[in-house]
Amino acid sequence: MINHSLLVIVLAQALTYGTPILFAALGELLAERSGVLNLGVEGMMLVGAVMGFWAVQRAPGPAWLVLLLAVLTAAFAGLLMALIHAFLVVTLRASQIVSGLALTIFAGGLGLSSYLGNDLGLADVPAKHQLGEIDVFGLKNTSFVGPILFDQSALVYAAWGVTILVALYLARTRFGLNVRAVGESPAAADSMGINVAAYRYAHVLAGGALAGVGGACYTLSITPGWTAGDSLVGGAGWIAIALVIFSFWRAELCLIGAYLFGALSGGLPAAIQAHSYPGIPTFFKTPEFLNALPYLVTVIVLVIIATGWAKRRLGAPAALGVPYVREER
Amino acid sequence: MINVKIERRLEQPRWLSVAVPVVSVAFSFLVMAVVLAVTGHDPWNTYRRLFDAAFVGSTAWTFTLESATPLLFTGLAAAAAFRMQLFNIGAEGQLYLGAIGAAGIAIWLGPHQSLTVTILMMCLCGGAAGALWALIPGALKAFGRTNEIITSLMLNYVAGQLLTYLIFDSASPWRDLSTVQTRSFPQAIPLKPSQFWPFPAPFDVSVHFGFFLALGVAVVLFVLFRFTRFGFEMNVIGDSPRAARYSGMRTRRKILAVMAISGAIAGLGGASQVGDVAHELDASPQGLQSANYGYTGIVVAALGRYNPIAVCLVAVLIGGLQNAGTFLAGADFPSGLVGVMQGIILFCALGGELLIRYRVRIPGHARVVAEDVPPAEVEAS
Repeated sequence: MINHSLLVIVLAQALTYGTPILFAALGELLAERSGVLNLGVEGMMLVGAVMGFWAVQRAPGPAWLVLLLAVLTAAFAGLLMALIHAFLVVTLRASQIVSGLALTIFAGGLGLSSYLGNDLGLADVPAKHQLGEIDVFGLKNTSFVGPILFDQSALVYAAWGVTILVALYLARTRFGLNVRAVGESPAAADSMGINVAAYRYAHVLAGGALAGVGGACYTLSITPGWTAGDSLVGGAGWIAIALVIFSFWRAELCLIGAYLFGALSGGLPAAIQAHSYPGIPTFFKTPEFLNALPYLVTVIVLVIIATGWAKRRLGAPAALGVPYVREER
Repeated sequence: MINVKIERRLEQPRWLSVAVPVVSVAFSFLVMAVVLAVTGHDPWNTYRRLFDAAFVGSTAWTFTLESATPLLFTGLAAAAAFRMQLFNIGAEGQLYLGAIGAAGIAIWLGPHQSLTVTILMMCLCGGAAGALWALIPGALKAFGRTNEIITSLMLNYVAGQLLTYLIFDSASPWRDLSTVQTRSFPQAIPLKPSQFWPFPAPFDVSVHFGFFLALGVAVVLFVLFRFTRFGFEMNVIGDSPRAARYSGMRTRRKILAVMAISGAIAGLGGASQVGDVAHELDASPQGLQSANYGYTGIVVAALGRYNPIAVCLVAVLIGGLQNAGTFLAGADFPSGLVGVMQGIILFCALGGELLIRYRVRIPGHARVVAEDVPPAEVEAS
């Protein structure tokens, strides 16, 4: 039904649109593995998006340097946002859920990201530089896989690297093992001499930095430019949080899930609208239904995971969401 | 490094639970002043304009109470659920559904019913629609142990798309298809003036009927939380699900009931938006969907510490900020200011929560006073 070239477009778009979700989900994964739930992903992404774009417009130098700086700026902005959350929930033992929501409201489309974007004069100005597609190894024109895998922006490839790093870090390094201990049983980790607060701070901050980069994917590469409001990220942060749950807190599964949602939010709706398949009832071809699809699928997948075969071994860190107080264990 | 000891309070002084939110608000104004000054705005001038636009004069109060009304509904909706540690983030979508239900029944009833019947039916249908929408994540939580935060939030986006679909992409009963013009430029069927909710003006300030309705809901919730077995069980389930289960409370049933109550209140908010303000099913991107009433309601509820009476006061304060924010929106007024301030207020209130639950001691020094809220938000500037 879907012809060959269309499938290529859909898959290529899946990678493009899946990448910001992947970055954010990997960040959230790190935070959650250390036992901290951060619901502020959407806000951190929006701030990363606006600050990344700011750096692109203002930093001097050759394009590659500017873009590198922009990604780093976005990461740093996301990190600062995460610092608020970390301080509130680790040091002040505030409710992780309310604090995360507060972060999203604070940083979100009607908050800091709008304030910064308008104050820095970034609204609706053309981008000076953008991360274009890289023709990797000159394989762009290979049939089928070429346009999908070898004609993407640098951020797509960076996301692969980060996925591998996170997976190896958690599974193979001393630090990674410690993080998992902190997330599963902070009391036991503490008695092993692991500094629980330091680990939680570090991973919440790293998570914020990755969310910031995820946000920058939009302003630097997918839709270069910045517009006020929260339509820019449009719920990708929340999808990332859900993605962590149904990747069973494993980085490699995050990658697959992110691309699945990339397909749902990017290429597939466009493809269905472009070709009026007579077999599909009109309702399923309306833009509203197609826009709602990623969110509906998120709900459905969550339900399947919570009720079905996966119930036995979900892999959620046992201490997720619980503040650790040495005196009160 | 000063050696700070934090110990749990055995008793929580009552004055602290009032002082901490008040100081949080004051402190966040201070932090925001720094942010404004750093980014080249005059804090004093900005605040004065904000205050004037929100709270000075009867026109300002009229609009402030109008902005406060939906926040009161969504704040109460969040308070009802959050009190049981049931994190219903879906008030936004439940409010849309309430608006759809209320507008639908009003159109179906037509202009010749009495206003009492119309209002009653709009509230009933709006509340029911909101409750049903909230029961989706509620049932998934109760029977499938699905995380209600994510599911209720995802349904917000779905509800928003549904709203758009009804007016912009279908021939639904909500859409006006009577003229050639409305067939090509989608428009909702407007309510007839005989169906508008009353808008009385005691003391020179016009107050929507919905505001009084919300106050009534607040009183009912207060009584429910304070004086009934249901409210007591909600508190126990919230504080310790295990204790609740061992004492034989029906947690599952309570989740469903609380979700339905929460959704119904948010749905009433949607009904009030239709009957009081928009007088149609407002699906435009600048309308209901851009207002974020549901999310702001969470700020209101948290700042009111999930107490229905406190939520009323906070809703008026935040409503004032919202009203001033929209009123002053323009080239020389920093946009996003209101969201930033709401966030900072909430951060401070959360940080201050520590002082309610714990006692901070510096050995060798006198007790630390409550005003020393740590400057959590300075990093953000």
